[in-house]
Formats: sequence, structure tokens, C-alpha cells
Amino acid sequence: MGLSRIQKRFEKLKSENCAGLITFTTAGDPDYDTSLALLKGLPSAGADIIELGMPFSDPMADGPAIQEASIRALKNKMTLKKTLNMVESFREEDDDTPIILMGYYNPIYIYGVERFLHDALKAGIDGLIIVDLPPEEDSELAIPAKAVDMAMIHLATPTTDQNRLGQILENGSGFLYYVTIAGITGAAKPDLAPVKQALDNFRKITQLPMAVGFGIKSAEDAARFAKFADAVVVGSAIVDVIKSNINQENVANSVLESRVLSFVGELANGVKNARK
Amino acid sequence: MSENKINSYRTGPDEDGHFGIFGGRYVAETLMPLILEVEKTYNHAKHDPAFKQEFHELLKEFVGRPNPLYFARRMTEHLKGAKIYFKREELNHTGAHKINNCIGQILLARRMGKTRIIAETGAGQHGVATATVCALFGMPCVIYMGAKDIERQKPNVFRMKLLGAEVVPVTSGSESLKDSMNEALRDWVTNVEDTFYIIGTAAGPHPYPELVRDFQCVIGDEAREQILEKEGRLPDSLVACVGGGSNAIGLFHPFLDDDVDMYAVEAAGLGIDTDKHAASLSGGAPGVLHGNRTYLLMDDDGQILEAHSISAGLDYPGIGPEHSHLHDIGRVKYVPIDDNEALEAFQLCTKLEGIIPALESAHAIAYVMKLAPTLPKNHIIVMGLSGRGDKDIFTVASALGEDI
Repeated sequence: MGLSRIQKRFEKLKSENCAGLITFTTAGDPDYDTSLALLKGLPSAGADIIELGMPFSDPMADGPAIQEASIRALKNKMTLKKTLNMVESFREEDDDTPIILMGYYNPIYIYGVERFLHDALKAGIDGLIIVDLPPEEDSELAIPAKAVDMAMIHLATPTTDQNRLGQILENGSGFLYYVTIAGITGAAKPDLAPVKQALDNFRKITQLPMAVGFGIKSAEDAARFAKFADAVVVGSAIVDVIKSNINQENVANSVLESRVLSFVGELANGVKNARK
Repeated sequence: MSENKINSYRTGPDEDGHFGIFGGRYVAETLMPLILEVEKTYNHAKHDPAFKQEFHELLKEFVGRPNPLYFARRMTEHLKGAKIYFKREELNHTGAHKINNCIGQILLARRMGKTRIIAETGAGQHGVATATVCALFGMPCVIYMGAKDIERQKPNVFRMKLLGAEVVPVTSGSESLKDSMNEALRDWVTNVEDTFYIIGTAAGPHPYPELVRDFQCVIGDEAREQILEKEGRLPDSLVACVGGGSNAIGLFHPFLDDDVDMYAVEAAGLGIDTDKHAASLSGGAPGVLHGNRTYLLMDDDGQILEAHSISAGLDYPGIGPEHSHLHDIGRVKYVPIDDNEALEAFQLCTKLEGIIPALESAHAIAYVMKLAPTLPKNHIIVMGLSGRGDKDIFTVASALGEDI
């Protein structure tokens, strides 16, 4: 499916006149089974698109919450191959919810770009967000991904000017991910007005749907952005719920799954009702 | 500063920052406009005589350059082979080659109108050099340093504080140099408007590998002039230690197009066949980290491994991209030296020459001890003595079982 599954989802959201909720969790956090159970529960809890983190030892663009999630997953021997397996299991039950992998380039480079794209599409992955591949490095992954209809979601940030936006759009697809602040994930609360301004400017140039993320932590926050963005990404706040439901050995307690999914439910309510 | 000649080893990087397949700009989008601005500013600065003049004046008046190319008579006699010269970077102000690059980068930062400086440090030498130039120019300075490194390098931590820097302990990951670099990058992404990141080695996203190399080329340029004066000819071999590789590239680069053999010495820790070493060329593979493609120590899944070396300054799981290229094309030979060999060289140099070398530089000395006896007496070796060893006496004492 790849790109088309993402496009279909945004068409559906548009027809319903509401923004989508994109949830972020790290594959294998705190362990494979819990992580897979969460993944399977996310669509009915209200996630419209699922962003799944590929754990990496050196997550340079992430704040403490997502760094720790990566470390927990790696401690439990998570690998890129297992992340693909996890999505494959998810697809046995859900053929509609787009899944996007988010992470850093090195594990993909070591896996082999061609082989990775083939295996990821086969597993049911629709798009990629690779934080350390700016458009200057599109030949590494964005261009090969384009050739096989894997969406390559590029990031735009408060430091992105109109010239760079053109470059970003050239090989970006699926949607544009607008990073609300100059900073790392889970950082300070972003201001609404400059984000809206940036999206308004971008919409003059592109038809791509626009998702916003970084620093959005509650249903109220999400609702404020859902008024004008096509989708809202929440990551660190969800990962924080995971963290508060594990013990010192990173073992999940019996309510972790329901706590995380009910928080996702709250977020989804905020996003869905934002424009009513 | 590098010449543009066809069939030259000195023309890299290309305009996208590649040395062969290595290098590049693998950074978050937020940093990209700033990285491009650094590149633009540097391209102007390197052709600006006023910039060069200010750089070289500071190297002369503040750093104390040129430092000597010193004939190591007793080492030469002891090893009974090649004639050995030391390029005395350890005599620079702050005690290592690191200051050369810091002077260059802070001038760039000022040119860009940046008002705040950040840096990462492992052993603390780059941190001290950065804090020093920040004091010189009255700029606020934040140094990221692994909590583990803070513990084993207390004198340097205090030095930085005296110089007015804020030293931030990094408790994420393995709490050492690579994690400090991650943390510095996180700071930079967050403070992109006013902050300049002074990277300490010839690695990171383009144009850092190029500009750090160019600022460090003063080592090789001086050595070239000095050896011609003393011997009337170029040396036969060069030897330097490599972590990220800034002192080695600075010494080697001006000689790359000459008939000179080059040996770069990697830290083999407890041994290259163990999992406790820092030899990314001898024991790693190409990957992408910290803004560049280069040789890295990693597992089958592409997760970066912790490096190990008795020398905190070589304790990094990667290496500058130009070294990866010089390795692949075979222009420079990369050789391993382990902790014990470095310790032995540290003591021999101290006793024979009256120079306490940094543990980093002791790796280069250890290789000279292997190489020199195999060569004739008219063979000339120039070795980069990159830093002084006062900072290492506690580590060495504990390795030798002495209580001080």
C-alpha cells in the first residue's frame, strides 16, 4: 500500500472535516509484547495514523522521554528486523491505519536501503520519517523510497524558509511534518500563532496535508492545533504514561495498556471535537 | 587553505561535503539552515586576508606558535633506527593542539554574529581550549561532558569553571564523549538563533571536517618549513594518534601529495579482538552518526557501541570522514596500539626526553617505538606530540598501581 494508505486516510479525515491524531510510541518499549498490544489497541482508541519509533542508541533530536524509551527497547533486545515483524503482526488485523516508522538513518543504512524498503513495504509500513536525513541527503533514502511508493515524510521547522520548503517538497510525500519549535521532542509548549502562520504560508505552496508535532502534551493542546492543522502528533506525553506504568526492571504493570489507550482516547476526543 | 590541483589528495571535500563516500550533512532540518550559513561564512573567511591575519596573530601571540620541531635525540639513540622528531603541540597554550581549532572557530562565530558558544569534551582538553577562547573574547560558554568523564578528569573540569564556562554533566547513554556530542547537538537545535557549536575534532556535518582540518593544518605547515630548515628535505614518515583525528589530519594534510609515508595510530584499548577498544577503522564499518558517514563501531543492527581506551581523548566510536577516505584509498596506514603499549611509551618518553606526553600522544610514541628500529638511520620520522600529559597522571598512577 505505502503512500496510498496515507493519502486515503487524509481524504477520509478531510471528508469528515476533522484533524487526525498521530500517536508516537517506540517499538519494543518497554518490551515486544506490550508494545505490540499497544499498537493493536491504538486504532480503536482513536489513533488515525501510527508513528512507530525505531529504537536507536544515539537519538540526537529527542528529549529525555523518547531517549529513555529507545534505551528500554534496546535493553530488551529490540532490533529493526523485530520492528518490521511487529508491524506485520499488526497488519493481520488492520489494513487501513497507516503506519509510519520514525527514527535515525544508521540502522536502515546497515540493514541495506533496498532490502529495507522491500521488507518494510511487505510488512505493511507506509511511510518514513528519518530525522537525520535533510533534503540535502535525499539520494540516500527519499529518492529510492519514492521509486517504490513508500512515503517519505519530510520535516519543516521554524528555521525553514520558502527556498528550503521547495527543496523539502521535492522528494517529500505523504504529508509535511511541521516541527512547532526549534528544539527536541517533548520540549516546551509551542505558541499557537507562529505555527498557524507557518502553515498558512506553506499552504500557498503545497497541497500536502500538514501535521504538527513537538511539545503537544494534552488533549487541550492537541485540540488547539487541530483547529487548523490536518493532523496533530503526540509522542513524549504518551511515552511518559508508559514510563509511569513500569517498574525499575522495565516490566509493565497490569494497567499500562489500558492507561495508555485511555490517554490516547482523551487525545482523540480533543482532536475530533476541535472544529465543532 | 587547501590547494586545488588535479590528481591531488588535498582537494576534498566536494561541494556537498564528501570525501569519497564519506562525510555529508546528516543533521536535523532545524540545523540545516545554520550549517549552510557556517559553510557560507567559512568560504568567505578562508579567502579573506583579514581573517587569516587575525587567526595567525592569535596563534602567535596567544597560543605561542610556532612551537618547535624537536629532535628527540635520546629516543633516537635508544631505538637505534630512524631519526625521530617531535612536533611539539603540547607546548601550546592550554597544552594541546585543540586550541588551534578553537581560535579559528570562535573567529567564525563572531563573524556570524553568534553570542553563545557550546562544545562537547571527552578528556576535557577541547573543553578547556573552548573555555579559554570564550574567556579571551568574553563570550558565555557551555561545555557538555559525560558524567563518567567529569569524574575521571576533575582538574580539567575545575579549569573550565575557573575560565567562566558552565560544565553540564551528561547522564544519558554511556555518559562519555559520544553522548556529550548528542547533548551538544540537542542544545544547538534548541538555541539555533544565537549559538555556535565549536566541534572539537575533524568530524561532524560538512563543513566542520574541512574547517577543523584547515585550522589544524598549521601543524603540518610549520613542520614542513622546520624540517626543510633542519634537514634540507621532507621527512620519510609521519606518525600521529587518531581519535576523531584532528591533530593527525592537521599534520598529514600538507604532506599528502608528497612522497611521505603516513601512520595514524588508533586506540586498541584492551585489544582489537576484544569488545573494549576505540579503533573504528581497524575494527568498525561505514555508518552514519553525528552528521557524517564514516567508520563506526556498531553492532549488526546499526546501534553504536561504546568505545574504550585508557585515553579519554581517543574514547570515541567514530573517526573523521577524511580519515575514512584516506584509509579506503590506502594513502594513510591506520595501525592499532593498545592501552599497555601506550602506558609503556608514556613512561619511556618521560624518562628519556623529559617530556610527559598525553596518553593520546603516547599511542603515537608507542608506534614510533615499533617503527623506528626497523628503519635505517637516515630515515626521518616526524611525530605529532599532540598534548602534554599532566592531565593523565592520575590515570597512569592508578594503572601502575601507585597511590598518589
